[in-house]
Amino acid sequence: MSPTSDESLLTVADACLVLSHRLSEWMSNAPTMEEDIALGNIALDLLGQARGLLQVLGDETGSTEDGLAYFREAQEFRNPLICELPNGDFAFTLLRLLFVSIWLARVWPQLAATTDNADVRGVAEKAVKENAYHLRHASTWCVRLGDGTDESHGRLLRALDELWPYRGEIASPQWYDAVEPVLTEATLTMPPRDAWTQRSSADGWHTEHLGYMLAEMQSLARAHPGATW
Amino acid sequence: MLEAVPDPEIPVLSVVDLGIVRDVDESEDGRTVTVTLTPTYSGCPATEVIARDVRAALETAYDEVSVVTRLSPAWTTDWMTEAAREKLRGFGVAPPGKVLLPLVDVGTPAACPHCGSTEVEELAAFGSTPCKALWRCTTCREPFDYFKQH
Repeated sequence: MSPTSDESLLTVADACLVLSHRLSEWMSNAPTMEEDIALGNIALDLLGQARGLLQVLGDETGSTEDGLAYFREAQEFRNPLICELPNGDFAFTLLRLLFVSIWLARVWPQLAATTDNADVRGVAEKAVKENAYHLRHASTWCVRLGDGTDESHGRLLRALDELWPYRGEIASPQWYDAVEPVLTEATLTMPPRDAWTQRSSADGWHTEHLGYMLAEMQSLARAHPGATW
Repeated sequence: MLEAVPDPEIPVLSVVDLGIVRDVDESEDGRTVTVTLTPTYSGCPATEVIARDVRAALETAYDEVSVVTRLSPAWTTDWMTEAAREKLRGFGVAPPGKVLLPLVDVGTPAACPHCGSTEVEELAAFGSTPCKALWRCTTCREPFDYFKQH
């Protein structure tokens, strides 16, 4: 993808916004206190990154960050499908975070190097470092779960089977090269690179899950337009 | 005056210590001032509190104060002053190391801020605020915050 076009900038912004919301659903439900805080921190980073990009896109289109986040319909979102899938169990959430972080580890430096918008560059430069923490956290957990008990190994394996068909929009040769060693260390075998994959359509058709997620995420802003704290 | 505006999360540090004040521009008649800040973390909730505090601190001396955000170049912990690192140690927070970009290694604290031991271990990569991780000293057994290098 060419990361400088507005369309792909929206893809990155929506990926961060939607994944941030999914991670925030873990608040008070994570397996340990530390993990609750970790997932909250990651969600907060992603929300900040999304806001930074949506502010730029809002300025360009005569809208605002809130307008773009809260008043678009599901079909207008451009996030990769993998970001909107429900959290599943902890293994599913962390493997999804691994896949998306590996994708963003390529997207952010490209964006920082190629954009001619100083604000986008600032968001991207910052995000490179934040994403490094997310990637480290997700890889550590995936190895620990995969190379853990029969129960945790089985759950990560099931997550891999469920997530693999959703890699299409974020995978590249470099992506597979980064994913494979983590899966190997987690004692899993990476499925074939050429296996069938889902993609979001150019018209913005999503899985059924995004609509329900947005209904919750957008309800307050839509019930009280312009409300402030 | 900005030296007196503390970081809301780490009150021993001022916004100047943190290295987030990029520019202070005073008008010729000395009545208006523009402060340019670079946020520390993308989603840090303290950013808005800091902007409000800066405005409040300067409004006593100027008729008009505006606070502008500049995102690029992005803030790095390398912009923290040496005095700031010393203050962090005194506050029981291990200061960040220097960042060697590209960042692959996310850094480790050099020593326990309580007893100075280098025998330390990570408890959690994400701590009470976006800028901190939770570590423990295996010599004195005290947990401590580590200001992540960024």
